Amino acid sequence: MELKTPLYEKHVESGGKIVPFAGYLLPVQYESGVINEHMSVRTKAGLFDVSHMGEVYYTGKDALANINMLLTNDFTNMKIGQVRYSPMCNEEGGVLDDLLVYKVGEDEYLIVVNAGNRFKDVKWMKQKLFGDVTFTDRSDKIAQIALQGPAAPGILAKVADKPSIPIKYYTFIDNANVGGISCLVSRTGYTGELGYEIYVAAENAVKIWDLLIEAGRDFGLIPCGLGARDTLRLEAGMPLYGHEMDETISPLETGLDFGVKMNKADFIGKKGIEAKLPLTRKRVGLKITGRGIVREHEKVYCGNKSVGYTTSGTHCPYFKKALAMAILEIDYTEPGTALEVDVRGRRIPVEIIELPFYKRD
Amino acid sequence: MNNPKNLKYAKTHEWVKMIDDSTALIGITNFAQDALGDIVFVNLPEPGDSCELETSFADIESVKAVSDILSPFTATVSEINEAVIDSPELINSDPYGTWLIKVENITDQRELLDVSAYELVCETEE
Repeated sequence: MELKTPLYEKHVESGGKIVPFAGYLLPVQYESGVINEHMSVRTKAGLFDVSHMGEVYYTGKDALANINMLLTNDFTNMKIGQVRYSPMCNEEGGVLDDLLVYKVGEDEYLIVVNAGNRFKDVKWMKQKLFGDVTFTDRSDKIAQIALQGPAAPGILAKVADKPSIPIKYYTFIDNANVGGISCLVSRTGYTGELGYEIYVAAENAVKIWDLLIEAGRDFGLIPCGLGARDTLRLEAGMPLYGHEMDETISPLETGLDFGVKMNKADFIGKKGIEAKLPLTRKRVGLKITGRGIVREHEKVYCGNKSVGYTTSGTHCPYFKKALAMAILEIDYTEPGTALEVDVRGRRIPVEIIELPFYKRD
Repeated sequence: MNNPKNLKYAKTHEWVKMIDDSTALIGITNFAQDALGDIVFVNLPEPGDSCELETSFADIESVKAVSDILSPFTATVSEINEAVIDSPELINSDPYGTWLIKVENITDQRELLDVSAYELVCETEE
């Protein structure tokens, strides 16, 4: 049975098309459609229910040592109020999940994980605990709402006082006051736009949602579904777990070097990642130069030689073009390389281009 | 949107406009375009190609997914709607004014429904 987020009734009421996703019933789009929602986030603002994401806490004097061993990034010099991205790997150096780490207190970290990996992650994290640390899964008590787009700061400023709004990318304010409700407001997102992710107690989710929708009315804010969330992240070249990352892919193959600190003394997966160096394959961006749309799990060819597979792909509304990502043998990853993708028996010409496809000014 | 009474419908959500006994226009219904969402690409056969009963003659891609369009006939493609190749979104805005292909030499056809029978099919799928 699928779970409902605290905002489920809101989505139905607002005309959301509900689909099962990662164990939850969520809107894939609202009435205006994916393209309109996508463009609204690029030019104005969009509101997403991402309450399906999981939230776990590490507390205690060995919390830092735990996450430094568990995750590939280094959290040693992190300050309270900072956010850091990291892959989490298995012993073989394959990616178990990618996640965000929030330093909420001197010995307290919040980790936000993908909904589809939550139970796998929690099991793994509990197995790996050591020393003086308490692990708590608070996923079911916390809702998350993402306010994304160039108008996001203006909208939030209408309902939150100044000290409650984080200024820098990848920082957050805990116990922020949004319309009188206590939230954690984070300057992060998964769209390639400026924006915030707001964590709030599940019972206050509807209040925050309504407050933001009302505050955003004059800014052109609309609710957005999973469809636009996926096209936006793809256009911004952001990897998605289960596509550009999985347990057989090294985070360096995905191009997540900034989140993998190989000079750190030790961490789970370090030897596995090292064993895959130098890289024999890596993630690339593909521009579709022929007619058609390339989606995930299609084979990529150079002549008759299969050189890899696509991991995501769709029509990208901002560019009005089909784009895709793929994991290819290293010899075929130079930008400008012309290749072909087999789409249901039809060969479609593609060209390797730099990631990200979209970068805001 | 109302489904026109002068058309016939396949339960797989294609509409058919019979021009005479062996010639017809084929498109997809309002229910189909709504289920697909924003349509961004259409792959049509060439004039002269044959299409076979209940097999795919075209694919229509929305942002979300690709969908095969099944032929209600065994016939020959006589014409394709070039406008829909350049502007696939026409199918969303005007599904019944936007035919995909014209066929001739119809030699076989599946069971086609009138509008009230088709609307019952849609109700059970909603």
